[in-house]
Amino acid sequence: MSGDQARSHTGERLFVLLAALAVALPLLVLLFLVLAVGHEGAGRLSFDFLTSYPSRHAERAGILPGLVGSLWLMVLTAVIALPLGVGAAIHLEEYGRRSRLSRFIEVNIANLAGVPSIVYGLLGLGLFVRTLHMGRSVLAGACTLALLVLPMVVLVSREALRTVPLSLREAAYALGATRLQTIRHVVLPMAYPGILTGAILALARAIGETAPLVVVGALTYVTFVPDGLDAPFTALPIQIFNWVSRPQSAFVVDAAAGIVVLLVTMLLLNGVAIYLRNRLQKKIS
Amino acid sequence: MPASSEILAMPTQAQPAGHTPQAAASRIERVIEALLAACSIATVLTTAGILLVLAVETWSFLREVGIGKLLFDTEWTPLFAQKHFGIWPLVAGTCLTSLCAIAVALPLGVLSAIFMSELASPRLRKWCKPLLEILAGVPTIVYGYFALVVVTPILQRMIPDLAGFNALSAGLVMGIMITPIIASLAEDALHAVPKGLREAAYALGASKVPTILRVVVPAAMGGIAASVIIAVSRAVGETMIVAIAAGQQPRLTLDPRVPIETMTAYIVQVSMGDTPAGTLEYRTIFVVGSALFLLTLAMNVTSYKLAKRFRRAT
Repeated sequence: MSGDQARSHTGERLFVLLAALAVALPLLVLLFLVLAVGHEGAGRLSFDFLTSYPSRHAERAGILPGLVGSLWLMVLTAVIALPLGVGAAIHLEEYGRRSRLSRFIEVNIANLAGVPSIVYGLLGLGLFVRTLHMGRSVLAGACTLALLVLPMVVLVSREALRTVPLSLREAAYALGATRLQTIRHVVLPMAYPGILTGAILALARAIGETAPLVVVGALTYVTFVPDGLDAPFTALPIQIFNWVSRPQSAFVVDAAAGIVVLLVTMLLLNGVAIYLRNRLQKKIS
Repeated sequence: MPASSEILAMPTQAQPAGHTPQAAASRIERVIEALLAACSIATVLTTAGILLVLAVETWSFLREVGIGKLLFDTEWTPLFAQKHFGIWPLVAGTCLTSLCAIAVALPLGVLSAIFMSELASPRLRKWCKPLLEILAGVPTIVYGYFALVVVTPILQRMIPDLAGFNALSAGLVMGIMITPIIASLAEDALHAVPKGLREAAYALGASKVPTILRVVVPAAMGGIAASVIIAVSRAVGETMIVAIAAGQQPRLTLDPRVPIETMTAYIVQVSMGDTPAGTLEYRTIFVVGSALFLLTLAMNVTSYKLAKRFRRAT
């Protein structure tokens, strides 16, 4: 009996260990990945790498068009997706009234969030590039990315709006405020940190996307930076994809350096999001 | 009681229609409400746009080629002179990489979920979830690099006849990427299992691990299944890892060591080249996109229904 118990005790411990390992293993793999990329790319990282154009010579190639292209995409995506997404969230949360239409919209947004990103690329190609004649431009790319992150912006904004207690809205109504005044002066200021954080995270996701931009027609070898909404463009991940796909191993080093730049950019954006949330939340409370 | 509603209604009745500041304000209110409604309609239009774009191009393809050649051919060579349009090699490639991915993500994800929900201290749990979610936030192009440049060479040392492009390494790396999806959603499911069930098991003399494996996990099975289906759907739609590391050779095989091509990778391959609109090659990417859309939609809906039924049961 005591032997049985001891054995089952060891079994329990083994299981706990196994489960802990299951959490640790993917994280260790990620750590290994980041270290491997950093090790490979560190030698190529320099100020020149950031400010040079791509080149046939791997050791002279730089990432400037990708960096500038990603910046363009991010700003344009924000301009398009944030008003739409926050507006939709306000409509669903504050005016929704549990109507059939708003429930339909909810299900629709949940479905959109599960559509593969490359399908958004096809939408962008068919709608923006061809039907609306934007061509393979930075605007078409940004419109595509905006639709891609729209469900995420709506979801995080709704969550932020939901954290505002109902009693505050009721207090505002009791003071004679209209629904719009309540939203503008009570609900939005309180939900603002959450919305902002979610928005930055959505944009971070947008600049990491590769597949939809490939389909929309981002170029892979660009020796200029975009000079307008209708200009052809490339982006950081597209440039990395181009380097990874080349057979010469020297370009793999360029890809690794590009990945370091991409990861640092995303880390910065996430850091800013967390910092802003903490700071703004402190201000409110 | 009717009196109170009369009082509420009074101010609007007393107002002369039109020119007061209140009327102007309420007009603005209505305009803004309409604008906000338009924003939510935009999300519906997105869905409509996807359906329309996919349907139009797929329809012209089917009219030209016919559905028979799509479903009853075993070769996919639309870019060659001798064109075949059997979609099954691409579907097989997608299934193969997704299977490899889920073989990694299912055990890792469910065990992580059990650890976070049942075994870890609250403080540790608070750290685990966001850390695991970093994995899902890393751009897929980075995982693609990882699969091709790091994992494949390591695997080649263990499996000598592993090709440079293969489904195995792309699938394994994809498994790491989708692990947090299962972990996070399965943890929610385990967490939702009523405490009474665990206590009843303890009262019957069961210790912790048997309680988890024989009571809690079976009770949460609906939610766990939903999380796995969502993860598979993500794997099916994942593009860059397979485009970089799995190859561009559509073939009907279940051998994970050879180059294959997935549905998503085919779309990327064609998009990289210059394909004028209206050509058959151009239309094939929309056909493949339609298949991909329907496949992931079916899985997402199934998962949603399972999760809903599970929530109602607990």
